Amino acid sequence: MKASILEVPRGFWSLLVGMRVTLTQFFKPVVTVPYPHKTLPIPARYRGHIELVVDPATGRPLCTACKLCERACPSDCIFVDGAKREGEKKKSVTEYRLDFTKCSLCGSCVEACASDAIRFSKDYNLAGTRKEAYQYDLVQRAAEEAKKP
Amino acid sequence: MNILTHEPYRLLLALVALLAFVGVNAMYLVLAERKGAGRFQRRPGPNEAGYGGWLQPVADVAKLLSKQLLVPPGTDTILFRLAPLIVLAPAMMCLAVVPFSDTLTARDVNFGLLMVFSFGSINVLAIMLSGWSSRNKYAIISAARVVSQNVAYEIPMLLVAITLLMITGTMDLNEIVRQQAGGFWHWNLFRVWVNPLMPVTFVIYFICMLAETNRAPFDMAEAESELVAGAFTEYAGMGFGVFFMAEYANIVLGSSLATVLFLGGWQSPFGVFSGVLWFLLKMYALVFTVIWVRWTFPRTQFYGLLNLSWKILIPISLFTLLLSSALLKLVHA
Repeated sequence: MKASILEVPRGFWSLLVGMRVTLTQFFKPVVTVPYPHKTLPIPARYRGHIELVVDPATGRPLCTACKLCERACPSDCIFVDGAKREGEKKKSVTEYRLDFTKCSLCGSCVEACASDAIRFSKDYNLAGTRKEAYQYDLVQRAAEEAKKP
Repeated sequence: MNILTHEPYRLLLALVALLAFVGVNAMYLVLAERKGAGRFQRRPGPNEAGYGGWLQPVADVAKLLSKQLLVPPGTDTILFRLAPLIVLAPAMMCLAVVPFSDTLTARDVNFGLLMVFSFGSINVLAIMLSGWSSRNKYAIISAARVVSQNVAYEIPMLLVAITLLMITGTMDLNEIVRQQAGGFWHWNLFRVWVNPLMPVTFVIYFICMLAETNRAPFDMAEAESELVAGAFTEYAGMGFGVFFMAEYANIVLGSSLATVLFLGGWQSPFGVFSGVLWFLLKMYALVFTVIWVRWTFPRTQFYGLLNLSWKILIPISLFTLLLSSALLKLVHA
């Protein structure tokens, strides 16, 4: 009897405590980010699709077309071709195609690369309407990236 | 001569004003609700339409108005169409007697309290009709719930009203407000020398108001996780919009009545500058509390809801009724 009567004020008090909790949250600042207008910084170890690293001295990709990445890829989604330029010891890349529809972002290619010429990009807005939109030409992409300030 | 002194013109004007008030209120209370929900969850709420989202209600109304009014096959067409009207009309009727200030009342009748409570209970009938006529399982379950819920909560609410009626001795809402003049310690809420349980009766009234308007945590009528949208499942476009409007009109009405009965209506808490501003301030503070309660507590279970009414609220309100009648007879006679 006494317990069930005491339960009423206690229960009411707990409701008031709950309302105090929500009211303190009400006056705290907003924690969400209005996404298309503002974005959060992307973590340094974010894994986007791979991209070619450009040598800042020459403005050309570091890749030597050794095809280690092509061989390391478990999904067979990388195609590399290269040619030897005149007066240079190493080959340089002429074609680097990535089929991103098959890539699982495992990173074996980045690990296998002997000259640190590929890395993960920070691209994540990757919606598309056609499959062909995901056949990336990374040599062209690197050239476009190099042009940007 | 002043056209406003003629009673029919005055009533017509008051009706138009009340319709506009209820409509704009519903629009912007929906926005306030969504903004409030956002703030309680530490997000900004709707903020794309217009600066800070203030045009969002316009977009909502345009969407609702442009939708087709579907009447599903097999429904009781007349009742199905009639239900949105019946749900909105009583709220309008009740607002007509609410004294927004000492002169700002659509119709100053001396049985205002009785009228508000008698029309206020029609709301239940409308939701029941909409549930019944929809020919939908969820809607029927919702209708049954609404009836048992509102029957359960009408009793403590009326007991509280009777307690108040005995203390004030009048059903005239304007007179009840006038009695509370002279500062917040004269408000019925703090009249503890008449009945030491006055704050408790206010809390009971507030809880019953939440239940009567089918607001969370008592929104069993449209418990979306169990009943889709309950009694409103089959309504499309503005049919649904009217139910929404009626919900907010009822919240405004319940808050207005709480303001009039307990918080001194248009009386200033310090005895100066009494007027419509104080009324609106108190009413919207209560409306904010209703929104605040909604985003704090999860929905109760149905038996919990009925237990709260029959085992806690009704005994307490009966006790306050007995106590205040005894005190009135013995101490204040």
